[in-house]
Amino acid sequence: MSGLLAVWQSRDVFLWGAANTLLLVLGCLLLSIPLGILLAILLTESPGPLRRSLAELVDLLRCVPFLLLAYLVYYGLPELGLRLDPWWAGLASLTLYTTAYLAEIFRAAFLAVARDSIEAAHAFGLSRGLLYRRIILPQVAITAAPLIGNQVITTIRDSALLMIITVQELTFAANFVSANTFTPFAPFAAAVGLYLLMSFVIEAGVRRMERVRKVRFG
Amino acid sequence: MAEIDAAISVKGVCKDFDGFEVLRDIDLDIAPGTTTCILGPSGSGKSTLLRCLNWLEEPSKGSVFIHGKPIGRIGTAATARPMARRELATARTSIAMVFQHFALWPHLTVLGNVVEAPVHVLRRPRREAEAEGRAILSRVGLAEKADAYPHTLSGGQKQRVAISRALAMRPKVILFDEPTSALDPEMVGEVLSVIHELAKEGLTMVIVTHEMRFARDVADTIVFMEGGCIREVAPPQAFFTDPQSERAKRFLTRH
Repeated sequence: MSGLLAVWQSRDVFLWGAANTLLLVLGCLLLSIPLGILLAILLTESPGPLRRSLAELVDLLRCVPFLLLAYLVYYGLPELGLRLDPWWAGLASLTLYTTAYLAEIFRAAFLAVARDSIEAAHAFGLSRGLLYRRIILPQVAITAAPLIGNQVITTIRDSALLMIITVQELTFAANFVSANTFTPFAPFAAAVGLYLLMSFVIEAGVRRMERVRKVRFG
Repeated sequence: MAEIDAAISVKGVCKDFDGFEVLRDIDLDIAPGTTTCILGPSGSGKSTLLRCLNWLEEPSKGSVFIHGKPIGRIGTAATARPMARRELATARTSIAMVFQHFALWPHLTVLGNVVEAPVHVLRRPRREAEAEGRAILSRVGLAEKADAYPHTLSGGQKQRVAISRALAMRPKVILFDEPTSALDPEMVGEVLSVIHELAKEGLTMVIVTHEMRFARDVADTIVFMEGGCIREVAPPQAFFTDPQSERAKRFLTRH
């Protein structure tokens, strides 16, 4: 019981941590969704050499354990003259990592857009901008939404690793409370509960998009 | 200047795919307000020629004029330059197309498909475009499907939506690329009768088809193609009763 009390008494620490986690994930998505789309377009449309090197880069990023990527950005970059404070280093590594995964998701969704709906757009005089904005991207969004949802849940989980580079997110908060009150179970369980809550919200969004897809694409 | 009077004028169009000649030096004038059916065996270049008319296929040589205006390339021979993407898009707004496999936009409703280009390309007010779109849909018997998504429709319904989408552009010319080839036999009739109605209204229509009876009924002119060349251009009566070329005779005995 003392554990629960400890959690309740440090609720502001947890809230601060959870808010920071949300902020990191939201910031990451705000950056990595447009970047992922851009990268996916480059991966499908750019000339050979550029496309191949981008594909290599994406593969490389997806193979690196996230914690090592965060280490490289936080501890490694200062050696090259770029020193970021923990929060920004965390956001940068999270964004880099998520962008690589999203690019692959978007690339697959771009390929799934029916060729003939693009050809019809050309035939009806849609400009390149309209083609993407009105025909391609809406279809991509509908097809990719469930996979994006899964990726967001992964990103939330990965963000926990950022405590190692001292970002004060939710896991960091739980660790802090646990160490200060000598009660390991309740604080970590509380953090797990908050992570689950975030994931449930995302899952609900995914289910909603699945319904949209069912209605539109059958 | 024939190309000024003609709705569509094709001059010396050649097309090869990796050295394989699909169209050889095609010349063709199509009079405004007429219906032209392009017939011929599979692989004779019918669809390729149709797709050259709105530059979905780029001819290797030659030029195409729509009501006297060039499409795809500007200028002749030595001084020709490709149209900018934007110019080409604008030129295409006067030529609508109906595809063999419908090519509807799956994420948009039936009405959404019909008003998409009028609203976003022609910049007509949405309310006006939707009113006109609904009127067109009820003409083809699909008024109650306005809010449905394409995947819920039958092939015949999809193709009637595709025709409505073409009409909503108020085009000078409509191109039909084998509009009934992907349909179940019992749905062919509903699509052909819609096209037949349009033919009476003075639209310029070019139809690639394998439906001989339909071509005979609806066409003002039959264009017979074989081996990438136009072998015969004739009124349907003459073509079907007294074809001039050996190839057309053989084609007609097989159909």
